[in-house]
Amino acid sequence: MLYLPHTGEDIASMLQVVGVDDLDGLFSTVPEDCRCKGDLNLPEQLSEWELNDHMEALSHSMAVSPEYRVFAGAGSYEHFIPASVSYLLGRSEFVTSYTPYQPEMSQGTLQAIYEYQTLAARLLGMEITTASHYDGATALAESLLMAIRVTRRRKVATSSLIHPVYRQVVKTYFEPTGYEVVELGYLKNGVTDLAELDDMDDLAAVAVQSPNFFGCIENLQAVGEKAHDKEALFIASFTEALAYGLLKNPGSQGADIACGEGQSLGIPRSFGGPALGMLASIKKFMRSLPGRLVGQTKDLDGKRGFVLTLATREQHIRREKATSNICTNNSLCALAAAMYMASVGGTGIRELARLNHDKAEYLKKELKKAGFTITFDSPTFNEFVVEFPDGFEATYKRLLEKKIVPGISLAPYYPELANHYLLCVTETMSRDDMDILVREIKS
Amino acid sequence: MKESVGTTGLILNESLLWEKGKKGRCGFSLPRRDVESFPLHQELTGEGPDFPDLSEIDVVRHYTRLSQWNFGVDTGMYPLGSCTMKYSPKTNEKQASLPGFAGAHPLLPATLSQGALKMMFELEQYLAEITGMDATTLQPAAGAHGELTGILLIYAFHKKKGAQRSKIIVPDTAHGTNPASVALCGYRPVLVRSNEQGILSVEAVAEVMDEDTAGIMVTNPNTLGLFEENSQKIAEIVHAKGGLVYCDGANMNAVMGIVQMGKIGVDVMHLNLHKTFSTPHGGGGPGSGPVCVKSELEPFLPVPRVIKENGRYVLAEDYPESVGKVAAFHGSFGVMIKAYSYIRTMGPKNLKKASQLAVLNANYIKERLKGILHLAYDRPCMHECVFSDEHQKAGKVTTLDMAKRLMDYGFHPPTVYFPLVVNGAIMVEPTETESKEEIDQFIEAFKAVVNEARQDPDRLHDAPKRCKVKRLDEVAAARKPCLAG
Ligand SMILES: Cc1ncc(COP(=O)(O)O)c(C=O)c1O
Repeated sequence: MLYLPHTGEDIASMLQVVGVDDLDGLFSTVPEDCRCKGDLNLPEQLSEWELNDHMEALSHSMAVSPEYRVFAGAGSYEHFIPASVSYLLGRSEFVTSYTPYQPEMSQGTLQAIYEYQTLAARLLGMEITTASHYDGATALAESLLMAIRVTRRRKVATSSLIHPVYRQVVKTYFEPTGYEVVELGYLKNGVTDLAELDDMDDLAAVAVQSPNFFGCIENLQAVGEKAHDKEALFIASFTEALAYGLLKNPGSQGADIACGEGQSLGIPRSFGGPALGMLASIKKFMRSLPGRLVGQTKDLDGKRGFVLTLATREQHIRREKATSNICTNNSLCALAAAMYMASVGGTGIRELARLNHDKAEYLKKELKKAGFTITFDSPTFNEFVVEFPDGFEATYKRLLEKKIVPGISLAPYYPELANHYLLCVTETMSRDDMDILVREIKS
Repeated sequence: MKESVGTTGLILNESLLWEKGKKGRCGFSLPRRDVESFPLHQELTGEGPDFPDLSEIDVVRHYTRLSQWNFGVDTGMYPLGSCTMKYSPKTNEKQASLPGFAGAHPLLPATLSQGALKMMFELEQYLAEITGMDATTLQPAAGAHGELTGILLIYAFHKKKGAQRSKIIVPDTAHGTNPASVALCGYRPVLVRSNEQGILSVEAVAEVMDEDTAGIMVTNPNTLGLFEENSQKIAEIVHAKGGLVYCDGANMNAVMGIVQMGKIGVDVMHLNLHKTFSTPHGGGGPGSGPVCVKSELEPFLPVPRVIKENGRYVLAEDYPESVGKVAAFHGSFGVMIKAYSYIRTMGPKNLKKASQLAVLNANYIKERLKGILHLAYDRPCMHECVFSDEHQKAGKVTTLDMAKRLMDYGFHPPTVYFPLVVNGAIMVEPTETESKEEIDQFIEAFKAVVNEARQDPDRLHDAPKRCKVKRLDEVAAARKPCLAG
């Protein structure tokens, strides 16, 4: 077998050193009645060639660009990934190493993650970013738990326009804790109803997503002021990190914690994972942060180097008193994001974000012209909600047959929004693509 | 030291990203602008992030140099105990990057995602078979996330029975994530000590198990590399008091095709695809931590679940007793493809062989090093063996010193100072993908280090000498944290 280097001779001589007769003899400490009878019931081994054929066939049944035009975002975005990023990310010194517990042998990962922490902090306007979390949803859940630790309060308020699946994850994490989550409704113009906060007390945090699930840009400054009036932490959540190439960042608007999904930064969609949970905070809360942190230090010769630091917050030291149970995080995804941010650069990310915004505005305009309703009039980034006429399901199916996915239906998440669809346009869509979409919907 | 196989060479310097570059450069091919500009309201517009501007070659050199300061399994032997640093087959990477998989959106109608769903459906079944369990969720993103999910399932089970419990038994050999996951679910971990043989005794568990205890969380094989021989009797005791048995399956690499945990009393367990199933560790993730359960816990599994209806795969949400979701979408799909590819290219016989050889390699190292290093438990081990610095302490050489010196010989050190029950632990897990020659070299290197410890301890105190940096001041890093530049 390709991956098993032992020859029969190797096995024989090693068994002799160990002092057992055969491979079965190695398992003498496994009681007889614990052992499997017979072979595992799994398919017989495939050759590398057979595997290629099998996987090709599976992957061909998937609806992806360029064959399909997918106008769907909702927390998973299609952006161009430079070949250089994919190529560098494949360097096996990065890929096949583990958590940099031995810093002298892991300076590559450590410096790269330190750089990720820095660029991510700059993107979000925050002081500190953790080394990574699993995804945007778990980053939000961990942020809310962190706010509860910091404030010693037991209740959090979350906007109903935070991605619905993120809210489900929060609910799951909170179920056994006894902590309470209250949801803030939304207004006619597609932003969170902050007035509901007026009657709420003892909040540990107020969490709002911007751009929100409807694509609308929230007034984060106002959220921050309201939260701080109540001595609650202000948590700014996001699903589209690229938006901060153009929009005011969370930090500049008073966020105490910014958390969300970094998939847009050079990570393929890959059916939703692996992703990149980003979690950033102001310095004051440094010692309450969940997850790993890389810090700068010096070696014996005074040379700059990097290490994992503030480990006394973590499970391997603090066990049940740790700030989180996380161990393996999504380091390689953070590395991809760093490579991507370095590649687009300050000038590039601005123009890229503008393109996303402008293309989405173009489609909005064309859909309006074609007689469809843009439900919410708040400004948006690269996603927006459209109301289609009754019976649109049939049109949706027809478009699927033409290999066009006209967005995500909102009805499963917001039953009051039947016939409403969330559409997304990124830089990967050309004007032609958008014109074809409008034409096909109309016909 | 004599010339080491693994080291010497060229180590290049490289500055931080933002110490390089020049305004106006770009390493990204910006798409053509084919729409007019729609200025965003001034009030909403920010300044844009302060990123350096670099050209493609700047970025490529930067990361190429950084990568050369790293050590991975592809560089050399990485016997990090409890982490199963086995070789990650390259074809698996290729399959995960197929455009149909890499470009797939997670929320499209199931009719447009049949290939992904079929792969997930089959992988769930394979993992259930390997563990001897009834059902699987692939949603958890790593081992600790699987633990959290598993404990949530236990919580939901007791809640449905109408009597919540407050504690979970966790042995002293457990990984830190175990008590942390237990605490995250509002349970109190109750510590139980392993016996003089390094395993749990039936009596120790019987003493603490009561009707306020939701269950027990056991790593099997445990973190000392020993099989929990009493696991079946322990399960009976826990079950008799209405508790459930959780198995941390991080060490499944020792027993594939040899022990099916579901058949020896385990109710719920997680696997680490990034250990046992060969997916690369990525410098600390992404991983994947599927959870396998017996049928009594199946109703509580996270949603959506992949099911088969009339020959088609669908994502089903309608499980009223489900704990909900633990991740935004379907988990680390890209990692699952690699594990799936691994299982398909190994087949049942080679999976078993892999476990046998992993155990052979570990026992071989144990036998050959136990003369010079103190062996914590002198018994047949599974996939890893645990030594300590007991014999070197008198000469003022510690586990850490030996670990650092091993780097100069071109090996990644073993896991050190874990498990906590062994002072100065040195936990060696070679995995099955290391050949006898490689292992012999590692043994020789360790012997040389131990010799130096006796003859010239300062060599060890000053190690490593051949890495990018010398020993780093971790105390200063924590005292005055500098976490961003
Ligand atoms: C025994 C054991 N349990 C649990 C874990 C946690 O797994 P992960 O790092 O994937 O979260 C580890 C990993 O290091 C481990 O060795």
